[in-house]
Amino acid sequence: MDVNELKQEEVLSEHPVLVQKIRSRFGKSIIETAVFRGEITHVIATKDIADVCNSLKYDLDFQFNFLSDIIGTDCRPLNSYFEVVYQLYSIPHKHRIRLKVRVKEGESVPSVTSVWKSANFAEREAYDLVGIVFTGHPDLRRIYMAPDWEGHPLRRDYPLVGYKDQYNPCGVEKKQ
Amino acid sequence: MDLITREMTLNMGPQHPSTHGVMHLVLHLQGEKIVKADPDIGYLHRGMEKIAENLLYGQFVPYTDRLDYLSSMTNNLGYVMAVEKLLGLEIPERGKYIRVITSELSRISSHLLAIGAWGLDLGAMTMVLYAFREREMILDLFEMLCGARLTYNYMKVGGVRGDLPAGFVEKCTEFIKIFPKRVDEYETLLTGNRIWLQRTKGIGVLSAKDATDLGLTGPSLRGSGVKWDIRKDEPYLVYDRFDFDVPVGTNGDCFDRYMCRVEEMRQAARIISQALQQLPDGSVNANAPDIVSPPRKDVYNNMEALIHHFKIISHGYKTPVGEVYCSIEAPKGELGFYIKSDGTEKPFRVKIRAPSFVNLQSIDPMSRGAYFADVVSVISSLDPVFGEVDK
Repeated sequence: MDVNELKQEEVLSEHPVLVQKIRSRFGKSIIETAVFRGEITHVIATKDIADVCNSLKYDLDFQFNFLSDIIGTDCRPLNSYFEVVYQLYSIPHKHRIRLKVRVKEGESVPSVTSVWKSANFAEREAYDLVGIVFTGHPDLRRIYMAPDWEGHPLRRDYPLVGYKDQYNPCGVEKKQ
Repeated sequence: MDLITREMTLNMGPQHPSTHGVMHLVLHLQGEKIVKADPDIGYLHRGMEKIAENLLYGQFVPYTDRLDYLSSMTNNLGYVMAVEKLLGLEIPERGKYIRVITSELSRISSHLLAIGAWGLDLGAMTMVLYAFREREMILDLFEMLCGARLTYNYMKVGGVRGDLPAGFVEKCTEFIKIFPKRVDEYETLLTGNRIWLQRTKGIGVLSAKDATDLGLTGPSLRGSGVKWDIRKDEPYLVYDRFDFDVPVGTNGDCFDRYMCRVEEMRQAARIISQALQQLPDGSVNANAPDIVSPPRKDVYNNMEALIHHFKIISHGYKTPVGEVYCSIEAPKGELGFYIKSDGTEKPFRVKIRAPSFVNLQSIDPMSRGAYFADVVSVISSLDPVFGEVDK
């Protein structure tokens, strides 16, 4: 263990409930834990995310009854995966946590709409703009872009000027 | 003869005076009753998040003005606070107080427009005229401050663009003195008005549990009886130094959401008057020469300052690798900015958690089973602004 790792362990032990307790409860599903600027991030195995969210919502120690947001990120070219970030908040305990799953192109994420209804729009947005597919979502269709839109605008390979079509003569020619 | 009834689909908007902008609501009707309300949005989508990825950190501030354009100050605040959190930058006391004063003024002006436009939608034409009378006074104050009346671009990373101008404190104090009486005036117009009560009481009822589950925030959530205000529960800036109450409703109907907004305006006035009394002297900007550009008069007279200014404007500054989420209590609810940084001068990803966007989900559960005319009341009670819904 080098100095940095020791320091990180020290920081983690400062959060008994949100780090230690969650780690002991969901240890099998947690891939990684990080603390930055006092914010705690747990990276969760993709297949377990809905179950972990469900337990976090109803467990009396955590009570994460409020989903602030779901964020889809295209991590290329730094990494080859996409990230889905869940910002949770507990109104009774007044604490926040961030969960994260990493998926490769073509993989899908279990939907959390059955845990929080507010996930509906948030997951539709992540699908529309980043192209992440959520399994079990009741109504997964585009939200901002038109239903027949091609591509996902927040991906790194999506051209800033858009693709060329009859409405956008200045766009980039689409590769076949 | 048997009467045949069948479900009808009605398109409300995107060009409709009472949808507060370009919302397209697909209503499924059974006679006069709503079976399902499906919001179709995106008519104002400008790709703010994509724009942010291609700009320096400081360059995105004016774009945030165009999110919730009725309360630009709080949008600026949410974004600059997220960047400051990422940088680990602390701003001086006076800067914090000025930020509180301007964002509370912004809250009042936003609520005034919300209630005024709501009155207009339900046929109480007078209300909007009174509301604009006071809104005008706030816009005059902001014009003194930064020269703009709608898109302020007043806050910057590390502080604010300029100190309070001469005469601002006096004019603001004067406004705060007369404002509570004006709120009483609005209440005589609406709170006891029989038509207003019939159009809002018992309409669009949402229980506390459903409202939390749907992600409702701000006065709309507090109308359902959930006492959650980020200013109280996770105090940012100097909100923990002020004495103010968080109003909550009991029934969760449109009337409670209206009453929460009315009371919040009074409380905002209380916060401003305390902040004006406590206002400390000193600098408004953080002492961080590589992030905050020097005062303009130094840029003209001092070689060093000119170099710093040029460097910050043209190159920006590097940020540590990491990710932060910073949320504030905007007039419409929780406004959050998630920033992921890869260590360069431009954000790797910016995600805006716009309160109006999330709040919009509750239109369907609130209007199911209600009459068509009540949908107008329900939409207004959420006070959506399409600049931030569509981003």
